[in-house]
Amino acid sequence: MSLLTGADIICECLIEQGVDTVFGYPGGAVLNIYDSLYKYSDRIKHILTAHEQGASHAADGYARASGKTGVVIATSGPGATNLVTGIATAYMDSVPVVAITGNVACAQLGLDSFQEVDITGITMPITKHNFIVKDVNKLADTLREAFYIANEGRKGPVLVDVPKDVTALKAEFVNKPIKPIVSPATLHRDDCIQKAAEMIQESERPYIYCGGGINNPRGAKALKTFVGLVNAPVSASLMAQGVYDQTDDKYIGMLGMHGTKAAARALADCDLFIAIGTRFSDRVIGDPNTFAKRAKVLHIDIDPAEINKNIPAFHKVIGDSAEILEKLNRLLKPQQHDEWLKTICNGEPLNLPQIGTAELDITPQQIMETLDELTNGDAVICTEVGQAQMWAAQYYRYKHPRQLVSSGGLGTMGFGLGASIGAKCALPDRTVINIAGDGSFHMNLNELVTLSKHNIPVIELVINNNVLGMVRQWQRLFYDKHFSQTTLDRPTDYIKLGEAFGIKTFSLTKAADCEKVLREALEISKSAPVLIEVQIDRDLNVLPMVPAGKSVTEPITEIIIDD
Amino acid sequence: MSQQYVLSVLVDNSIGVLGRVTGLFSRRGYNIKSLNVAETENPEFSRMTIVTEGDSATIEQIEKQLLKLYDVTEVKRLEDAVCREHILIRAGNSPSSRQPIIEIANLFRAKVVNVGEDSLMLELTGEPEKISSFIGLLRPFKIDKMVRTGICALERD
Repeated sequence: MSLLTGADIICECLIEQGVDTVFGYPGGAVLNIYDSLYKYSDRIKHILTAHEQGASHAADGYARASGKTGVVIATSGPGATNLVTGIATAYMDSVPVVAITGNVACAQLGLDSFQEVDITGITMPITKHNFIVKDVNKLADTLREAFYIANEGRKGPVLVDVPKDVTALKAEFVNKPIKPIVSPATLHRDDCIQKAAEMIQESERPYIYCGGGINNPRGAKALKTFVGLVNAPVSASLMAQGVYDQTDDKYIGMLGMHGTKAAARALADCDLFIAIGTRFSDRVIGDPNTFAKRAKVLHIDIDPAEINKNIPAFHKVIGDSAEILEKLNRLLKPQQHDEWLKTICNGEPLNLPQIGTAELDITPQQIMETLDELTNGDAVICTEVGQAQMWAAQYYRYKHPRQLVSSGGLGTMGFGLGASIGAKCALPDRTVINIAGDGSFHMNLNELVTLSKHNIPVIELVINNNVLGMVRQWQRLFYDKHFSQTTLDRPTDYIKLGEAFGIKTFSLTKAADCEKVLREALEISKSAPVLIEVQIDRDLNVLPMVPAGKSVTEPITEIIIDD
Repeated sequence: MSQQYVLSVLVDNSIGVLGRVTGLFSRRGYNIKSLNVAETENPEFSRMTIVTEGDSATIEQIEKQLLKLYDVTEVKRLEDAVCREHILIRAGNSPSSRQPIIEIANLFRAKVVNVGEDSLMLELTGEPEKISSFIGLLRPFKIDKMVRTGICALERD
């Protein structure tokens, strides 16, 4: 038993929880914590970002890519508020993140002190739970509880706010074993699984749809067996790209706003919709009244509140999706649905072809497909938000769980670069590529300096169409081509910019150079970060597309450009 | 079909728990008709009685979302319960109104708790409907100020 300062207790607890990397930014209220991090620097690696928001996305990307808990540290006031977008992003996509913020000393709380903000009040609706620790004797157990809450049930972010005096005061510290996560198996009964198995066995046209809740190695393994037994078409949401091998014939692409025609067919005609680890986002369901109208919905999810929230379930099984599939796999007999599979997987390519213009003949499709080929479909792809995000999801064939790191629920532009820093720190042996649009890139490009300063060999690939493409696409379709504030045409010189940050940079305009440049970039990225700008035509759209709230079974597959 | 429900919610007696519960109602667009909260026999817990309105799908969501809050340990939809509300009300506009007000108070077994120059302060405990009709009868005598606690309720065993 030893007497430690609150700051040392924080470091000890991080080590106890298996944390070896944290992301953050120092400041007045966390001086004590940073003094401890200085002492513990042999055991806890700290990545300093350019901005706290970047650190919050890095912690998130670290967690998404590795399955471990991401940790971010920031000072009080603006340091803490700069985490808000990152925490909300993690909350919407159920990512386990622990955010530790400093605050003014307890006696100064509530007096509008310098750099004081009520961060627990601010983050209440965007965390699973949050704490302010005013007693140093409760600090260790509170941090342990924060890690537990972040990982228990449906995962998510937890914030722990620590006033400055608490980080200086001393308390007894004794290491404790990590509290094991109790499997939520008790949430469902065996007869519930039995009934699900019967429904699957009786179905003639089942359709399997996976969400982020199964996007982990154990889930992917159980899913592979499950699909083999059920013999049905499979879709994955944006949050589950790669949980099922997309090179397999039974994979029919995404479902929803930018889903494939095959997925739309399967949805329209299936008699059983098997939803696994998913929350039925409005981006997936479109019009809830026409969603899977001929089908019974079997909903498997860990969060009871998701059942019947957006789509009514005919039958539900509540619990960890991987565990439930493992149980189902033991009950199911192999099924034949050859006719059904043939109507859905009819050999037509899943994605629509993209065609550039004479001057700008390179397309996102070519970029992603070339990357797919050169990386053997094994790279970890991070994305920003918008058209580039959708193209990255559509034209790369993901094969492994946790392979795509993308802000789905909150749709956070500026997420990807920070997230790629986290992903690369978690998986230093994997190729990590962030696919950005020029709009998102300009939001948080300051984190390029984090890549070069810490030599984090990420490829930052900016698909530059000089417009806010996704918004422009909506303006074209629904706002009489009033391209209000979406024509960016910024004078940014990417080569100079990248080099100013000390990063080798390429600018790519010709389809003929695509493979050569990407190959060279991949080679460099074995030891150093790379920036690539790819100039594309501004009127390439994301297709197919279902207008918001419309039936997902009737996607638009062509947009005429006549201006 | 929209209907009124009474929820009994057992929560940790911790800082901010009321904010977490009311924040959930406001951000998800649920309705709070009344809310009543105080410590239980065990000072580590508080019990809230929340009266809310909605269709059956909404109430199902309210219960599930409440249970997701870390501070919430139990949510119960009360069907067979004793519901009581307390009111303090100051009414009357002249010395002559005193007598009829006392008559109404006697009918309801309300208690006179303060006597002013022109008005009387009364207290009454009862079912919410009873409280409402009590208020209705006092209305002609000018209600100066009133406060009702909202329902607190306990299920029968």
